[in-house]
Amino acid sequence: MNELAAATALQNQLMQEPFGEYSWILNLLVYVFFFVFMFYGQKINTYIMLREVEGSLYKLKYIRDEGRKTAVETIKEIGKPETDPTARVNRFLEYFTISPQSLDPAGVVWKLEHILDVRESRFKDEVKLMAPSADETQTNNLENTLEAAMALNYIYKVIRHFYLLGKKTLSLYIIMQIQMILPLVMREAEAYASALKAFAYGQPIGDGAGALVAAKLMHGQPMRKIPKDCVVATVPLEGRIAYVIKAEGPGGNVGKPGDATKTVIEENKGKIAAVIMVDAALKLEGEAVGEVAEGVGAAIGGPGVDQFKIEETILKYRIPINAVVIKEDIGDAVSPMRKEIFDSVDTAIERIKQVILEKTKEGDKVIIAGAGNTIGIS
Amino acid sequence: MVSANKRDAKLEETSSSSTTKISSFVLLVIFVTIALSLAAIIFAIQAFSTGQEIVAGYLLLIGFLAAALSTYVLFQTRRRMMHLRIKSPPVTTTIECKKCGFKSVREFKRGDYIFKEVEPCQKCNLNMLITAIYREVKEKKEKTRF
Repeated sequence: MNELAAATALQNQLMQEPFGEYSWILNLLVYVFFFVFMFYGQKINTYIMLREVEGSLYKLKYIRDEGRKTAVETIKEIGKPETDPTARVNRFLEYFTISPQSLDPAGVVWKLEHILDVRESRFKDEVKLMAPSADETQTNNLENTLEAAMALNYIYKVIRHFYLLGKKTLSLYIIMQIQMILPLVMREAEAYASALKAFAYGQPIGDGAGALVAAKLMHGQPMRKIPKDCVVATVPLEGRIAYVIKAEGPGGNVGKPGDATKTVIEENKGKIAAVIMVDAALKLEGEAVGEVAEGVGAAIGGPGVDQFKIEETILKYRIPINAVVIKEDIGDAVSPMRKEIFDSVDTAIERIKQVILEKTKEGDKVIIAGAGNTIGIS
Repeated sequence: MVSANKRDAKLEETSSSSTTKISSFVLLVIFVTIALSLAAIIFAIQAFSTGQEIVAGYLLLIGFLAAALSTYVLFQTRRRMMHLRIKSPPVTTTIECKKCGFKSVREFKRGDYIFKEVEPCQKCNLNMLITAIYREVKEKKEKTRF
């Protein structure tokens, strides 16, 4: 009891003695804090959020600058240009593509395809000008490297736009919307940063899982080129004839599996028992990297042109379509291939064989299309 | 044209280094706070020797808190700079001899790709094949109930 009384006395002494008659200052400070937070709480919150965005913006700026530096260094190393390519690279990073008008959606896929074709040929021409000594594979890798640098530049500029706009208007809602999606944006930017290195060195990336499945199936078999930028091999598989399609490697290339599948189906006059598509798919949090799943439909990413073409062709000939996917997250998809993904390729092949055995008869013809970027995979 | 290119290259170098450099203003604020906190500690000792224990206690508290806070901010700033590095994970290439099964693993070299024929096998002198290129990630398993 005595100890408690002594502690209370000490506390009172500590609270009062240093201030004494000036204890009203403390009271006033409490009121000031109360009113400041009542009227300016939102503004303070806004400044805190701005600081957070600013911190991420520093990191994005660094990643963007490093990306540009990597691109320039790779071009200098591989392309051996006569002049410094920095200015041209800087100009390249500002390129944009306007998607077609879809007010009248009929035929929008063909318009989009045309614009993407123009974009690709423009990019290729630019890369050839920047790196005259690069061969076809290296040109494709450099194009991919520049595209990754371009994505980083764009991400940085968008975040900077919202940051500056938020700072200018001090609107909580402008800053809040960017602050809320910032963790996802940062993840994507970090993924592109590691993609940049992978593209510069020509390493296989996670997105190439589908292409790797196809490459493993067609290895040792004669291959022929088919439109556009794809190869096909006729492979005997479980007593069936499998036409295995993938983009032409080992340069960074996704080809046009839509056109390739259509060509093979039409070459066989539609007499195809099944189409099996293999691709990397985005996993949900909690799912394991390299998990193999099976389903139906055209498993192919990108802007949708190839998926549309495949769906049109299989509908015309009423061909069933199956999909086998290898799960991975966005970071794994664009960075050097993880061991788990590499190992799951054999599991995916087993699943394909199982689908073929269950869904087709002996002697049938099937198409196996491995979608994805074939960088680092022959 | 050449001078424009040089200027661009210089600009790029500066913009990259400015991102990785700690702001001199922040450093100044941190060091001024550390100096003030040291002064508070010295005053505390003086107050203690003149018998003003309570004032000394408060000064000591303020001094240590300010010193701890500024050191924390300094380390946080340094940590942020350390984070500003793009990690390039080690990628390995596996080379296999299809005839005798001899396998060797080495670091990835530019120009390697899966199913590329490389140097002859040490055992049977047949060209070996790159069969795998991947990176290994050691992930910390987060404990979750789901």
